[in-house]
Amino acid sequence: VNWHTRRERKRARLERASAYVRDRCFDGSDAIAVLEAVIAPGDRVALEGNNQKQADFLSRTFARVNPKRVHDVHLLVSVLSRPEHIDLFERGIASRVDFSYSGPQSLRLAQQVAGGAVRIGAIHTYLELFSRYFVDLTPDVALVAADEADADGNLYTGANTEETPTIVEAAAFRDGIVIAQVNRIVERVRRVDIPGDWVDLIVVADRPYEIEPLFTRDPQSIDDVQVLMAMMVVRGIYERHGVQTLNHGIGFDTAAIELILPTYGESLGLRGKICTHWTLNPHPTLIPAIESGWITSVHSFGGELGMERYVAARPDVFFTGADGSLRSNRAYCQAAGMYATDLFIGSTLQIDRDGNSSTATLGRIAGFGGAPNLGSDPRGRRHATPSWLEMHAGGSGAGRGRKLVVQLVQTFRESGVPTFVERLDAVELGRSAGLPIAPVMIYGDDVTHVVTEEGIAYLYRAQNIDERRSALAAIAGVTPIGMAADRERTQALRTAGVVAFPEDLGIRRSDASRALLAARSMRELVEWSGGLYDPPARFRSW
Amino acid sequence: MIDTLQLRFSGSRRLTQRAHAGVVASGNCEILIEPADASAAQVTVRTSVRGYETIWRAVLSRVFERHPIVATVEINDFGATPAVVALRLEQAIEEAT
Repeated sequence: VNWHTRRERKRARLERASAYVRDRCFDGSDAIAVLEAVIAPGDRVALEGNNQKQADFLSRTFARVNPKRVHDVHLLVSVLSRPEHIDLFERGIASRVDFSYSGPQSLRLAQQVAGGAVRIGAIHTYLELFSRYFVDLTPDVALVAADEADADGNLYTGANTEETPTIVEAAAFRDGIVIAQVNRIVERVRRVDIPGDWVDLIVVADRPYEIEPLFTRDPQSIDDVQVLMAMMVVRGIYERHGVQTLNHGIGFDTAAIELILPTYGESLGLRGKICTHWTLNPHPTLIPAIESGWITSVHSFGGELGMERYVAARPDVFFTGADGSLRSNRAYCQAAGMYATDLFIGSTLQIDRDGNSSTATLGRIAGFGGAPNLGSDPRGRRHATPSWLEMHAGGSGAGRGRKLVVQLVQTFRESGVPTFVERLDAVELGRSAGLPIAPVMIYGDDVTHVVTEEGIAYLYRAQNIDERRSALAAIAGVTPIGMAADRERTQALRTAGVVAFPEDLGIRRSDASRALLAARSMRELVEWSGGLYDPPARFRSW
Repeated sequence: MIDTLQLRFSGSRRLTQRAHAGVVASGNCEILIEPADASAAQVTVRTSVRGYETIWRAVLSRVFERHPIVATVEINDFGATPAVVALRLEQAIEEAT
């Protein structure tokens, strides 16, 4: 029996590429030839592409290989976000895909699926996809991106380490081939993020890898309604349950919460009592809270453009390397967000009467990235905290707690489009795209709280499904679901503490104003940072 | 095309002064309140978004139930969500009280 087939195969493939390679490095002009030499038909190819960092030189090159030589590839990618990702299907290079999210390409992906050019294995969460890299989806070839490589092949990934270590580990330790595009070659990397003996081939990219400032929200666009909802969250959830460890989803609703901690939160005397430990990208809108002494620690999934110098100057708060810069890690941060934080809060597009929520839209196949993990109760958790225990519904005596999973929405998205719906678009989408399960982002039975401008539904306190529906209807405003709410029932739910309106929380609606935001513009965020935050040009108006 | 709606919500609480809230901007609305001698809030809504009279009536009746004021109210809507309309109205009533 030959127990070394993978190793021998790897050696043979590298041998085929050897004419183009010197000391692990090959020239960008030979990149197509190298990929054609090392990638075989039917291979599983993991391409580093997430919602932030993209191995875009390698993906552009991959999309240009000859489909007669390289075809039927099984593509593994966190986020299908670049046009050439879909070109891989269109050109017949890849015919299967397993992924997590496809925001910008969701329409084209749906078309390619409908046309039969590509078959979707499953739409995963990040952690779930990474996990499968170590079980049944181990990559034959990994295409990743780094800032720097040195003569020994060591890689420096800087603030945007993200998922590079995960992909490389899965490939390197089962005789897959690891190819890295780098922005530059240096004599010695300033920090070893990936050891050189895990890396097979290195190419200097034609331009620095693409990176998106996805988590930057301009405070200018936050309105009074978002401030009102943020006040309710701080009072009715963070203060009430004493939430110290948490994750915030992306968006203006949660940015508003971050920006009222040093003002409204401070006036309630909550500094040090809530929101001390975070799993969060370096959100610029968290700067005022950090500068005001609210934040003990932040571990990050990825970096954020413009935050590099600020993060490097606050090593007590952020995870940083000896070189000073941020060390992010998407897999560890997702695991931390699942098991070590007490609360997840995020927005969504639709919620049904049972509290199921989804951002899926008809005609697009998008997925959800990390939200389904972060927005779920991890049943393997065994450490207790007061806020986790408070979600305990009572009964068994075994005393199991629960994660706080909060959905934060306005009752209407635009003036005529209700957020609360009878049936999620996800159900029809799942059927029309032939998915085995409807793409629900967060299941209703995991949701503990829903917050709208009308109030908070403490769903974890509902005694049964009927009470749960009534609580949701009570805060669904003038949507059809909200209009069906029974007035006396709502009153009883308020008395029982299953529903709270702003006045029940001691909040005057007319106090909700942008004046409570610690920073009202990008310029004020820069001022809070002492000039260390350097917003990308598109966010600068001065 | 601008739709004009006339709505009436009975009330008793008198106001002390005029007030103004909101801004003329897309997704927002502007609200003017004036004290009046009557037994209701007499509301005129001018909106570019047609066909939502039921929603307007529902949104406004909820606010005027909390604040049964006597006043003349003018709302110029530029596609505001119900949440924005309700909050702006609360702010204006607060200022006029």
